[in-house]
Amino acid sequence: MRLLEVEGLSKSYRQTGGDSTLAVHEISFQVDRREFVSIVGPSGCGKSTLLMCIAGLIPPSSGTVRVKGVEINGPPQNLVLVFQEYNRSLFAWRSVLGNVLFGLEVRGKISREAEEKACHLIGLVGLEGFERHYPWELSGGMQQRVAIARALAYEPEVLLMDEPFGSVDALTRLELEDTLLRLWKDLRTTILFVTHDIEEAVYLSDRIYVLSRRPSRVLLRMDIHLDRPRNQLSTRSDPKFVELRNEIYRQISDEAIK
Amino acid sequence: MKLFGRINLAGLATFCIFLLLWEGFARASPLLQLYFPPVSRILLSLCQLIFSWELVGHIVATLGRFLRGYLLATLLAVTLGIVLGYFKLAYSLSESLIEFLRPMPSVAIIPVAILFLGIGDAMMVAVTVYACAWPILINTIAGVKNIDRTLINTARTFGLGRWKALRKIVLPAASPYIVTGLRVSLAIALILVTTSEMIVGVSGLGFFILDEERSLRTDNMYAGIFLVALLGYGLNRLFLVLEKRAMAWHRRMTAGEQI
Repeated sequence: MRLLEVEGLSKSYRQTGGDSTLAVHEISFQVDRREFVSIVGPSGCGKSTLLMCIAGLIPPSSGTVRVKGVEINGPPQNLVLVFQEYNRSLFAWRSVLGNVLFGLEVRGKISREAEEKACHLIGLVGLEGFERHYPWELSGGMQQRVAIARALAYEPEVLLMDEPFGSVDALTRLELEDTLLRLWKDLRTTILFVTHDIEEAVYLSDRIYVLSRRPSRVLLRMDIHLDRPRNQLSTRSDPKFVELRNEIYRQISDEAIK
Repeated sequence: MKLFGRINLAGLATFCIFLLLWEGFARASPLLQLYFPPVSRILLSLCQLIFSWELVGHIVATLGRFLRGYLLATLLAVTLGIVLGYFKLAYSLSESLIEFLRPMPSVAIIPVAILFLGIGDAMMVAVTVYACAWPILINTIAGVKNIDRTLINTARTFGLGRWKALRKIVLPAASPYIVTGLRVSLAIALILVTTSEMIVGVSGLGFFILDEERSLRTDNMYAGIFLVALLGYGLNRLFLVLEKRAMAWHRRMTAGEQI
């Protein structure tokens, strides 16, 4: 049984005027336990829509999403979505610790143990000593670290991430990528990652699904057999890395010309 | 925490000069003193009234009505505001009614309240609740409507149910707006309590002020007015201190504090 299965998922929006536009068209793919899977596509292709459907935040027009064989209907218990806009997603009235504790609180675990766990995760994302700070006191990259710790504290079976590093500067982005890979390996979690950055997807993933422009469908599936642990310098200069990146880029731009 | 913050010396001086001028003018025209007694006499009667316990009962009555009206209005308006802000259908159903009732001067409701509740505490509290509820309601609705969609989606992705989200997310996220409404309503509550006491009261500072005026004890009348002013000032101060504590995160956030 697959951990996450998306089958024939389509989503159309009704526009003002009555016409409906198709954002996502018949997308199918699977994610297995402890995989790092990315979805890459041009901006505005419907990647976020797809992820919102998988997270159960909006209902798909047709098709199904199954988690451990169970079809979802509303936000499932075992998935958590990390948003791109960390500054809009964090709770400004809660401290860093309060934010990370949120998921545990919802599950009814307010205990000494929960707090220790939250502090441990805050340490793991590299924010030790900032537990009592408020999110808005921190830089963008640090805020997204809080959001990641908050999601991981909830212990989701699949961590969904919607362009999580899209709003931070380039250097911070590289740091966050490495932090994420470390967490993914250490916590043995499963990640479904959406990005428009081809290199980022190749660098992070075990497998990539490349989406077309709107209405988006899967253009190709690509397995990434680059050695782990990955390294910003050696992995990115590996000829295999360059080849994979170029291949994906060719596919996306060829499709754009058609 | 400093209770009064930084003291504005120049402003305080202006205030003292104002009192001194009042004193001077009143003393210069003894004929007018029945209507316009010197400040010193007003303060003297204020002290006498307080130490003779004559005013204490009135203060307690006014404060009691104020607190009951204000707190009840807060409870009702925040609850209703959250529902109307959160559920679109509820808002569109009630929008016209709100827009019709809101601009009406709240004192116009006093005869209706007398009709239904007679003359007594219930009527005065009801009028206060009605008048205070508007700013809180309108601000709560605006605050809830302004909540970022991402925040709600975040709560949902963590499996928070709709009703729980109201308390855990919607209420704190809208709290800066709600507090603004509460601050406006504070003054309104005191106005309505005093006004209704003047119209139907047999106790309370509003009643006292009018009663002393009718008995031509203008020293006492002014003393009552001073006391209401002090009460308003004190309540506002208290509110600001509480607000500063409860909303520290918001004040510091909007001040752009970063490490």
